[in-house]
Amino acid sequence: MLHFSEEQVQRYSRHIILPEVGVDGQEKLLSSRVLIAGMGGLGSPAALYLAAAGIGTFGLVDFDVVELSNLQRQVIHTTEDLGKPKVKSAEETIKAINPDATVHQYRQRITSETIADIITDYDLVLDGTDNFPTRFLLNDACLLTGKILVYGAVLRFDGQVSVFAPNQGPCYRCFIPEMPPPGAVPSCQQGGILGVLPGVIGILQATEAIKLLIGVGEPLIGRLLLFDALSMEINEVKLRRDPNCPACGERSNLIELRDYEDLCQLAV
Amino acid sequence: MAILVRIPTPLKKLADGRTTVEAEGGSVWEIVLNLDSKYPGIREKLYDGEAQRRFVNIYLNEEDIRFLDGSDTPVKDGDQLSIIPAIAGGSGRL
Repeated sequence: MLHFSEEQVQRYSRHIILPEVGVDGQEKLLSSRVLIAGMGGLGSPAALYLAAAGIGTFGLVDFDVVELSNLQRQVIHTTEDLGKPKVKSAEETIKAINPDATVHQYRQRITSETIADIITDYDLVLDGTDNFPTRFLLNDACLLTGKILVYGAVLRFDGQVSVFAPNQGPCYRCFIPEMPPPGAVPSCQQGGILGVLPGVIGILQATEAIKLLIGVGEPLIGRLLLFDALSMEINEVKLRRDPNCPACGERSNLIELRDYEDLCQLAV
Repeated sequence: MAILVRIPTPLKKLADGRTTVEAEGGSVWEIVLNLDSKYPGIREKLYDGEAQRRFVNIYLNEEDIRFLDGSDTPVKDGDQLSIIPAIAGGSGRL
């Protein structure tokens, strides 16, 4: 059992007085290890709140440096961070919010060679990636290592959130069995995103992560939450585990990771 | 009978920019054909011939039609059809 310092008792007092969190829940958060894949639009807001909540250890994976066009939504980075690796900029902000946090930087692309080894050290993975091949790979890696994947995705004014828990519910590939071909959906050719949208979705992901780590509430396992910022509507549909899923289905032979071709890149 | 169809962002252009439209038919397939007659091109986004594309999900109310009777799933008054596409954006390199 951890012993809270006087400062920690004050810092986390609004959590500790919640019956659903309490001392036990706060201890769980402080001893939790969360991997955030992508320190962009989704990863930024999620990391801010997870740091404030007292997550003990962060792993941050991102290869990119902070660019001016990121700052409209990637709120963990500031104008002063331009040109800095995102994982470095994010670590600085996380530690400024909460010196309790330990941060491990992985300034690299997510590939089949490295991701499983990284994931093994963490309790939970938050998906803040921006393309299908990486999402497919991350899903496979979480299935192989038995880690929960907290999913979020955004486009223009629309967002999606779910939780993929190996053996407890569907995985990402039960939802999206095949990658869209180039031009089928505006995943890469067409763009645009309301800056606040990934903020909403990333914070919903952080909320799910905290609930899962503490073990309270009803997580979005087998449920897909759909957020439409323009109409300001939230809808929910059921996600079912697909017995024919190429990744977690009965005939799946997922025993080792492989990289998926980036169809969008090929189209360019 | 007319039911409400929710159009996702990537397909709004085809539906005159609308988020919801009405369509008529007794099954999912009839609804899709009716939609396509009003907004040409929608069917092709959802179906390759008569096979539903694997990166677009069609929901009748809260259920994925893949886990009902697929395109033959009957629809009735008051039902809602939602088209839910795969989207991948996150950090914004869209």
